Parts: sequence; C-alpha cells; structure tokens
Amino acid sequence: MSRLDDLEAQSIYIFREAFNKIENIALLWSLGKDSNVMVWLAKKAFYGHVPFPVMHVDTEKKFKEMYEFRDRYADEWNLNFIREVCPPIEEMDETLPPAARSAARKTVGLRNATKKHGFNALFAGIRRDEEAIRAKERVFSPRGKDGRWDFKHQPPEFWDQYKTEFPEGTHIRIHPLLQWTELDIWNYTQRENIPIISLYRSKNGFRYRSLGDEDITNPVKSDAYTIEEIIEELNTTKVSERSGRALDHETEDAFERLRTEGYL
Amino acid sequence: MDLQNKKIASLDDKAEPKTKAREILKVAIVGHVDHGKSTFVGRLFHDTDSLPEGKYESIVAMCEKRGVEFEYAFLMDSFQAERDQGITIDTSQIWFNTDKRDYTIIDAPGHKEFLKNMVTGAAQSDAALLMIDALEGVQEQSRRHGYLLNLLGVNQIAVVVNKMDLVDYSEERFNEIETEYRAYLESIGVNLTRFIPISAREGDNIVKPSDKLAWYKGLTVTEALDDFKILAADDNLPLRLPVQDVYKFDDRRIIAGTIVSGQLRIGDKLTFSPSGKEAIVKNIEAWPNAYTEEEKKNLVVGAGQSVGITLTEQIFVERGDVISHIIPAEETDILVAPHLGEEFTAKLFWLGQTPFEVGKNYKMKLGTAEVNVRVKQINHVLDAENLSQSSGDQLLRNQLGEVVLTTRSPIALDDYRSFAKSGRFVLLEKYDIAGGGVINLDGYKNRRADIFAHQANITRVDHAVSLAERENYNGHKGGVLWLTGLSGSGKSTLAVSLERKLFRKGMQVYVLDGDNLRYGLNNNLGFSEVDRRENIRRASEIAALMARAGFIVIVSLISPFKEEREKAALIQGAGFFEVYVNADLATCEKRDPKGLYKKARSGEITDFTGISSPYEAPTNPAFVVDTAALSIEEGASALLEFATNKFHKEYNQDYSI
Repeated sequence: MSRLDDLEAQSIYIFREAFNKIENIALLWSLGKDSNVMVWLAKKAFYGHVPFPVMHVDTEKKFKEMYEFRDRYADEWNLNFIREVCPPIEEMDETLPPAARSAARKTVGLRNATKKHGFNALFAGIRRDEEAIRAKERVFSPRGKDGRWDFKHQPPEFWDQYKTEFPEGTHIRIHPLLQWTELDIWNYTQRENIPIISLYRSKNGFRYRSLGDEDITNPVKSDAYTIEEIIEELNTTKVSERSGRALDHETEDAFERLRTEGYL
Repeated sequence: MDLQNKKIASLDDKAEPKTKAREILKVAIVGHVDHGKSTFVGRLFHDTDSLPEGKYESIVAMCEKRGVEFEYAFLMDSFQAERDQGITIDTSQIWFNTDKRDYTIIDAPGHKEFLKNMVTGAAQSDAALLMIDALEGVQEQSRRHGYLLNLLGVNQIAVVVNKMDLVDYSEERFNEIETEYRAYLESIGVNLTRFIPISAREGDNIVKPSDKLAWYKGLTVTEALDDFKILAADDNLPLRLPVQDVYKFDDRRIIAGTIVSGQLRIGDKLTFSPSGKEAIVKNIEAWPNAYTEEEKKNLVVGAGQSVGITLTEQIFVERGDVISHIIPAEETDILVAPHLGEEFTAKLFWLGQTPFEVGKNYKMKLGTAEVNVRVKQINHVLDAENLSQSSGDQLLRNQLGEVVLTTRSPIALDDYRSFAKSGRFVLLEKYDIAGGGVINLDGYKNRRADIFAHQANITRVDHAVSLAERENYNGHKGGVLWLTGLSGSGKSTLAVSLERKLFRKGMQVYVLDGDNLRYGLNNNLGFSEVDRRENIRRASEIAALMARAGFIVIVSLISPFKEEREKAALIQGAGFFEVYVNADLATCEKRDPKGLYKKARSGEITDFTGISSPYEAPTNPAFVVDTAALSIEEGASALLEFATNKFHKEYNQDYSI
C-alpha cells in the first residue's frame, strides 16, 4: 500500500472505532487544511455521511476567507453544523503571555461547548509533526474533569487497540490525523481534490502555512500558489509549520501549559 | 482520483496518484535508561541537517536556563518534567529523511517505570534501533526490550553500541557486547541482526564513518536505516476481516472493517466466525465514486485496507465477527477460516496496576471482538534477564509469562506464528489496556468441525401443511407486529386492545407480552443486559414460530436495543413490522402504572430503561403511535387499519384442505 493509502486506511479505522464505541461525539472543524482532510476522511469512512455534529468553536477573530469557506462547505458537505462562540479575553488567566491568553479563549470555549452539548468525545485534527508536545499524544487521549490532560499518565496504546472504555465523566479526544505530516496533508489534499482556503496560496509574496486567529497568525514568505508549488516548497524549507503562530514562541512552557488545560 | 479501496489488479500502474508521496519507514529507538537514546536522536537530526530553523538555538537557550551542558535530548523530551529531570517519560515521534526515503523516528523511554510507554512507541514501528551503552554493557532493559520487540512483532533490529568514546573506541569491548547480546537475541529467535559502534555525543558513525572506529567495516547508522525493508502487507495469508461495524445510513447495509490479512473480491463466498453463517459479497462500496461495472470485474481489496461490503442476502452480522473465506473441500496447511475454541495458550506481557492472577477474569480485545476471559493457569513466569522460567500464580507489573486463558463459548482464534496480526490480543484492567499477548494453539483441537457437524445434524422437518395453506384458511397472512417503547408508554394496553379488535374481525391473533413471558419460559432471566437480550431473543423466536403457524403475533416488549429488534426482524423475515409506541419519558414517568419509575429513581431498581439504562428509539419504524397525543382507542384503531392492510390476503381457491 502506498503511504497515503496507508494513512487513509488507518484514519478511517480510527473514525469507525470511535463512532462504534463512543456515544455523543463531535468533530472539531477549525476550517484549516487539516480539519478539512478530517471531514473528508469521515465522509469516506461512512460512505458520504458524517454521522455526528461538526462543530466550529469560533473566536470570532478568524479571517473572512475562513468564514466564507465554512458557510459554503457546511452546506455543500451536508454537515450537521454547530457553531459555538468563545468567551471574551477579559475572563482569561491574566498571568498567561498575550498570545497564550488569547488562545486560552479557545480552551474555555471548547470546554463550555462540550459541556453544553454533552459530548463525550471530540475528533481533533492535531498532528504529531506539528509540535513537540503534540508528538507525545495518543490517538484516543482521555481528559479528566474540566478537560485537563494528565500527560504523565497516558494509557498504553498498541496493535490498533485504543482506549475505548472509561468511567463516566471522562472525556476523550480522538486524533485521526496524529500520524500524518504537513506534507501528507497536502499530498492527500491534492490527490483527493479537497477544497482549501485561498489564504494558503501565495499573495504578494506571502502565504499562510497554518491558520489561526487573524491577530496572532503571521504569513510566511512564499511564492507557492498551486498545491504542487506548496509541496515543492515544503520539501525544501527548514522553517517550521507553526513558526507563524505567536503563541508557540512566547515562553518554553507556554504550549505545555495550554495543552494541560485542554488546548488542542 | 479516489484510491480508497481501489486496487485494480490489471490497472495498477494507471491507478498511481499524480504526486508521489515518498515511502516512509517507522523506526523505534529502544534500550536501557541512560544508554543515550534521546541524545542519539538529537545528534542524528543535527548530523543529517534535519533540525528546523531556530531549533538548535532554542535548545541552547533551554540548557542555559537550566545551567546544564548542551543536551540533544531536549529535541524530543518536550515535557518540562522530562527536561528538568533529564529523563524520557513518554514516547515521542519526529520525522526526518535520507535521500532514499522518509523516516518516523519513535523515541521510547528506557526507564522500567515507563514500560507501557515504551510498548506504545515500539509497537508502531517497522524496525528498531536498540541502543546499548559501551561502558555499562547489556542491562536489564536491553534484554527486556529485545524480548518485547519480538513479542510486539518488530523483527528488524539493528543494535547500536553507543558511547564508544567512553571505552576508547575499543574493538574488543564492542565484540564482547556483540557476542553476549547476539547470543541472547538468537535464544529468543531473532537472527540476522546488525551491530554498529557509535558515539552519539561525538557523532561517530552516525552519518559518516569515523577514523576512530577504523576497525569497523560495516554500515553507518543512516546506511543501516536505509537497509531496513518496508514490510509487505499480508496479502498472501488467508482472509481475515474483523467486522468493525454495520452501517445503515441509507438503503445499503454496509459491513465495515479493516482487512488484517488476505484479499477479497466481489462474489467471494464468506463465512463468519464464530457463528458459522455464510454469505456472498454483493459489492465493495466506495466514496466519493462508486466502482463502475468495469472496475468491479477486476477489483481486489487487500490487507491494510479499510473497506465496506454488502452481502447478497441479509444475515445477522455483528461487530466482532471474523470474516474469512469458506473452507475448501481439500485440507490446507494454513487455516482458511479461524480455529474455533474456548481455550488457548499465550505469551503475555503485563502492564497492569494489580497482579495478573490465576482465577481472575479480564476483558479481552481480540481484533474487534470483546470477550471475557478467565485465567486458567500460568505455565511459567519468564525472567527476561536470563530467560529462566519459574512457576507462579501471578504476573506482576512489567513481567512476562506463558498463560492459559479460557472463554465461556468458542471464539475465533489464530495462532500468531502464522497470523502475526490476528493472533494477538490485549487485556483490560478496569478501563485501561493492561497487557498484550500472542496466541499459541499447540495442543488445542479446532472445534469448528464438531460445532458445525452438530448444527448439520439438525434438519428442519417439512410440514405437511404449508404456510400458504394456513394463511388461505385463516383469510389473512401471519406475521409479527413488534411494539417497542418505554415502560408506561402504553404498549400492553394498546396490544390487548388491538388483539380484541383483530379477533372480532375473525383473525388469528395473540399477544406475547414481556411480563407474561417472564412468568414461565423466561423465569430464569433477570434484567442485566445479557439477560434482557436473551429475553428478547426467545420472544423473537416464539413470535416467528407462531407467525409460521399463521398467527398475527403482537409482541409487546420495551426492547430498548436497536440491535435486538433488528435480530428479531431477521429471525422473522418478511411480515415483520416495527411499531414505535412513542411517549416521552416525562409522560411515561407521570403515568408510572406499575410504580417502577419511582423505584428506579430511588435506586431500588437498577438498569431501568430511560432512567439508568438507554432506550434506542427506532430510526425507521413501520408505524408510530404517539400515545401522548392519542387515546388508547384512537391509537388502537389506527394500528388496526395498519395491521388489516399489512396482513390482508386474497382468498385463493386453488388451495383445498
């Protein structure tokens, strides 16, 4: 099997496993390239249906292209779409550095939305190659009360057997794309002809490699416009994917702290 | 172009995507604590110029902050606790490439305390680099990890003897370690292993050969990585497709799962284990584009693919069933269909919090099946240090052993020596995976022939009176009206009212009531999930029998599980009508005719549907009676019209008594 076929089959297996074993589950759609691949894989796993809600936890600070994309494809892909809004920044921990504090809105927004809808589990499109803390994640990753991640005591996970049993009150994050790389995402997007937001394409010598809130996401220098050119660029670059994400670089432990609290 | 499930034998070349993703190999780095695994990975990334921009500088800053010497391990040890304590706690992954291909490097912790994390990391790999400290030599975890790699199914191993700088690059010391460890690996059946002397700290022999190791003529680490093989899928083994789920999102009933071994085509005759049911593959489904008739002709799906199939006839299939091909008339060396049995031997590694003990019960996950197993005996406890075996009746955390497990009824089993992937299982302790094992069936009789011979000895007696004759005599068809709904929704009242109405019209009708059945036939059943399922199964079979006798059978049962109602529908076949007696929980609780809700709320009754046990409402019932809106009389009249219609039969003069 080719590398992409292999990744696809594994992700489909994960989707099906979660759907069978866990009630009240939703897919987190951040509108970026990864979560679009995730929606696509869900449709493959369930033969055109996405049999759970697809939720956007909205900071209301995304780019307008992202909102346009959302409105169009929520409809075109026939999604059971839910939008939930994050609380204002004033309610967040003041001791966090500015970008991390802004990102914390998402953590709390996510926690509130999860509680409101009674979701026992969420599909999230994080990948191990994005960031060193995420590299340590499990595919089925339990969260305690209030969504906290006890990363020092992660359950074992091997032979395609995941943690699918848990006491009431546990919340599970499921990561169908954990094993994919940024390049895999682009190669697959190209192969499957999955729509993308135009911000990923170069405009006036810049493009976005990773999309977050408008005020804390910076573009990278690039002339790559087509997906072929993006792939070509990634094959040679040494700049990391999240270099444009301010919150990753504020302090050494900023990301770990965020993730412990329940950030994606 | 859609490639999922799409492997067209004759068109293989044309099916290539336009951009070729590079091939990728997953390599685990294992070995004893402090033998330099994380440092090695950092060095490997540095020497192959794979560090992202700014990473080196950020590691320098981290080290300065802690007042320690430059530490490559910080590349992968991303937790604050790991950096502060200088130890790898959890497994991590990082990507890099050589000219030949891409690699996922999986760093696995070497501390005994974190063995479950080592297993999590190593089990995902295609190959492993096992690190041994030249100064310390072979240690406890060096041996345990070697043994575990073998159990986990990782058979490509290169041993890297690190810290050669600390032994003055001594060839003698290297040979000593190689001799000792090679002997160990061979004793557990691992052969053809490469040994490479390196110094991760000095960068000797990682990418480039080193002058200080001039006596070594073998490959460098990166050359050894490129020399590992990409593992071929198990396409040549017999088919094993564990059923993961059954979907009915539309008019297709799709059986979904990932093929573990073998291949599958449209038209193949399949058997399901352990039930022994048989069926033929009608179609292999795909999205976004279904296969064309032309594509279907040569379509083959194989090991590793996540597929969905439909069958030519509707049989009851559930998660956990193992699909294989049917057994050919002539015997084969390797089992075409899995062995069936209630007992097996296993090599087991235990990661649980409490000891694994004789007499205890555990939930086993084997493929997609979940079965309770009982520990019958522990043949021996294995000391990974020297491979000596001792007797005992428990395995402590991180111990290995050979054990005998039993199940209540026969299950589908494969021996791991032939079927590496379907021959392994995990055990659960409470909610977590707490151990892994591989199945050995030596000395156990395959019970498949016995079990199905027994079934083959049962032959249906042909009746002298046909169903058509009975129906003609009665003036209506036989069949089943299955009333499902919450307790207090009005099922029983509705059922007896309808029974009276149909009887008045001269019809043969009978109510099978859940409570009434429990007085006699089902008086040995309680209210646990298992017993409730059995209660429903018996009701389904009786209803079907009576329907064959020409009766209209009105079944009145809460029957909360969709799956059970589906089984009932399959047992009856045509003439089954699911009627949803719908009243919301609040209404039912207010009525509470038997005072049961009150008891359930106070905890006096457990597993009560709607309160402490779920009710799965029908998604596509044949008829709905809303008893919150309609009176019993109105509801029964509506149902009467529905039933008269459905069971109507024209008189046929060709039949005579």
